[in-house]
Formats: sequence, structure tokens, C-alpha cells
Amino acid sequence: MRNIFEEIEKTIQENDVVLFMKGSKDMPQCGFSATVSHILNQLGVEFHDVDILRDPEIRQGIKEFSDWPTIPQLYIKGEFVGGCDIIKEMFQAGELQEMLQEKKVIA
Amino acid sequence: MPIAQEKLESLLRAKFPEALLEIVDTVGDQDHYSVKIIDKIFAGKTRVEQHKMVNTALAGHLGAALHALQIKTSAV
Repeated sequence: MRNIFEEIEKTIQENDVVLFMKGSKDMPQCGFSATVSHILNQLGVEFHDVDILRDPEIRQGIKEFSDWPTIPQLYIKGEFVGGCDIIKEMFQAGELQEMLQEKKVIA
Repeated sequence: MPIAQEKLESLLRAKFPEALLEIVDTVGDQDHYSVKIIDKIFAGKTRVEQHKMVNTALAGHLGAALHALQIKTSAV
């Protein structure tokens, strides 16, 4: 049987920045996912995208894993940072850039 | 399935009795809301923790009855 939590754990450990989103980073299928994706691109962050629309088990699993009811969800170095509102707020305050620098994701 | 603004407000009020609440129906369809909650119980908590408290107050409604909810929280 598929162990969803283990798969998610592996994904966020193997990739510095992971965005669980609707659609892909090249073709987001939802405005909120597109917003976070654009912010990361603007900051020059390389990130791994997981399209939850292609995988209903991950779609449900990530909500339980993070204890967070909505998509997108951003993970940095294995840590859940937030959804669209939080990322937008952090970006506008310059806190997201700081966090990414602290965690050595961007220079 | 939308949710009336009064209902949303009473759910939030029950969880945050002391808070300054601002609710805006952004599209006017009772399905997209923006809420701003200022409450000193948020002090010292991360944004994720603060938003989780809001999500808990609306448990079961978010993602089901409520399509989109923009949340902004702060302690001051």
C-alpha cells in the first residue's frame, strides 16, 4: 500500500524548496498557486513543483500532513512556511527573502 | 455552497471574543471573503500558527462551504 506521508516527507527532504500547487509552475491552474509560483520566480528560487491535481491521494495527504486545509503550500528545507496569504505577506515585508538567505537557498 | 457573512462572523467571534474583526465579502457572492483579525492572543505565534487558529475556528467550512478566504492576522 502506498504510504503518502512517507512520499511527502521524502519530497520535502530531497528538495530545498517544494511548492504543492494546482497545476505546474509552467502552467498554474489556480490564481493562488500562480501567485506563489511568480514570487519564487521573481526571487530566482529554484523549486520543485508537485501538481496535486494529478494525484488525488497527495492532494488529500498534504492537507493532513501539514494540518492546512488549502493549496498552495510552500515548504522550505523541510519546513512548512505557509499558503498564499502568508507567502505574499512575507514577500511584501521582505521576510521571505531573509528566510531564503538564512537557509542558504538564495545568495 | 456559500456562507452568510453573519455566520462567518459568529464563528470567528466565538473563537476570538476580544478581537478586532474585519470581514469583507470581496466579490459579493458570499463565497470569497477577506478577514482581518487583530488579537493579542496571536502575540509570539508564527503566522502558520495564527492562521491555523483561524482555520480551526472555521473547521469544516473552509474548502467546503467556503471557496476562498483571505486571512490576515496580527497581534497589534
